[in-house]
Amino acid sequence: MALLDMKDVRGGYGDADILQGVSITVAEKEIVVIVGPNGAGKSTAMKAVFGLLNVRGGQIVFDGDDITHWAPNRIVQRGICYVPQVDNVFREMTVHENLEMGGFLRSGDLSAAYDRIYGLFPDLKAKRRNLAGDLSGGQRQMVAMGRALMLEPKLLLLDEPTAGLSPKYMEQIFQITRDVRDHGVSILLVEQHAKQALAFCDRGYVLATGANRHEGTGQALLADREVAEMFLGG
Amino acid sequence: MTLLDFLNFYLVPGIVLGAIYAVGAIGITLVFGILRFAHFAHGDMTTLGAFVALALVGTGMNPWAALPLAMIITAAIAIGVDRTFYDYLAKRPKIVTVMASLGVALMLRSVVQVVWGVDPTTYASGIVRPNDYFGILLRPRELYTLGAVALIVVGLELFLRRSKWGKAMRAMSDNPDLARLSGVDNRKVTMLTWAIVGALCAAAGFMLGINTEVHSMMGWHLLLPMFAAAILGGVGRVQGAVLGGLVVGVAEELSVFILPAQYKAATAFALLLLILLVRPRGLLNGKVL
Ligand SMILES: Nc1ncnc2c1ncn2[C@@H]1O[C@H](COP(=O)(O)OP(=O)(O)O)[C@@H](O)[C@H]1O
Ligand SMILES: [Mg+2]
Repeated sequence: MALLDMKDVRGGYGDADILQGVSITVAEKEIVVIVGPNGAGKSTAMKAVFGLLNVRGGQIVFDGDDITHWAPNRIVQRGICYVPQVDNVFREMTVHENLEMGGFLRSGDLSAAYDRIYGLFPDLKAKRRNLAGDLSGGQRQMVAMGRALMLEPKLLLLDEPTAGLSPKYMEQIFQITRDVRDHGVSILLVEQHAKQALAFCDRGYVLATGANRHEGTGQALLADREVAEMFLGG
Repeated sequence: MTLLDFLNFYLVPGIVLGAIYAVGAIGITLVFGILRFAHFAHGDMTTLGAFVALALVGTGMNPWAALPLAMIITAAIAIGVDRTFYDYLAKRPKIVTVMASLGVALMLRSVVQVVWGVDPTTYASGIVRPNDYFGILLRPRELYTLGAVALIVVGLELFLRRSKWGKAMRAMSDNPDLARLSGVDNRKVTMLTWAIVGALCAAAGFMLGINTEVHSMMGWHLLLPMFAAAILGGVGRVQGAVLGGLVVGVAEELSVFILPAQYKAATAFALLLLILLVRPRGLLNGKVL
């Protein structure tokens, strides 16, 4: 059974439905990517999983629980963490304090958790006393991912983690994403860099105008002529 | 005028006054940074805190011993004011809460006037002679005021930098959405903020009262210098509020060199205009208003 099973979800921020029936599944230890044109509802689909949307139809099941109408803080505690597309760090707090905030809901000794994060992101260890707002875009993205991983989620939601990053950093973020998966975390991510993302993921979904358009393994989607014409520039 | 005269008659009184402004300005900056509105009842909450201390002194307590208790009581009152008024408006545009706080200001002042009357009074009567510290003249109450402000500022900074809930407050000020995503309970942070703000109001009111006098308009008159200090330092910055408070306090005392004494109170206003013109984010780069 899938870890996350989102079935025919409809909903939006206000009265209008932005999502017109989106279905996405993520299995254990799977990397699933959502691609699609700007405004397709990719971020919105992700927010629906995290309880930030008025869901008016469909169902979201996570690890056996129907979380469709749960509040975000309950969803966090159940094992889903979310890295928003923008404003995803505490700029005026240090790198380490960002991680501490990530672990806010945990009690007891967190030193093992910090070691794990600094192991995944060696760049951050040297910068742990720096303000997150002073870091480069790539390092800030690492702080954002590190913060989200502090709760040791089962599922990590990443909204465009490579937006605005150089190819070098993009490769690094993808590599870290794989490392995180190898630690047993499932990953659902939204990507603008469709070609690279489809090449690196296990499965992918193409969304357009708030609905599923295509789905399949990354390789199959890359080979699909229609997908290629739509998003990949032929 | 000798240097010592300058220190004793202008700089020292300015620093004492500025330290009191600083404590008030920290409260304003915390409300703005974390709850995101300009709290116009801040001055009258300060008055109320001063009168709570007065009531305690009336039972025979030493004024400085009454201060911590007055801070606790005013903290509880501030939480009550939030629960009774501001909490209901949380989902409305912030300007509604700003306007409501003006109403709360008038209400708090009326309560003070009904309960304690409108005549000025003092915590302790009698003339106190200053002590001489290597030529610098300081009354004990001035010394205690500076010490108490230092204690409050250092304590608050340590709380905000080191403690779990202090960090939660900073996180809420920095990025409220992300703080909520991290599991920070907005209601708890709001309550904690009001507790601190209420306590700071009582401290500022008490210290102004013990260095001047206690009357029902004292806080209202503090509002402009306190806001000027908060904005001057950079809204949302505790250290900025301290710096801003000291600058406003000293500037008011020094203004008599260039302006007639009755224009002292206009100094804060002039500073406020000046900073908004040349550096709207304040000396320490606060949030954009
Ligand atoms: N917070 C919001 N409130 C209202 N509408 C929004 C909000 N965020 C996005 N939208 C609208 O939802 C649609 C989908 O946006 P989004 O999910 O961000 O697209 P994508 O991430 O695929 O680029 C867009 O038409 C956008 O204008
Ligand atoms: Mg998006």
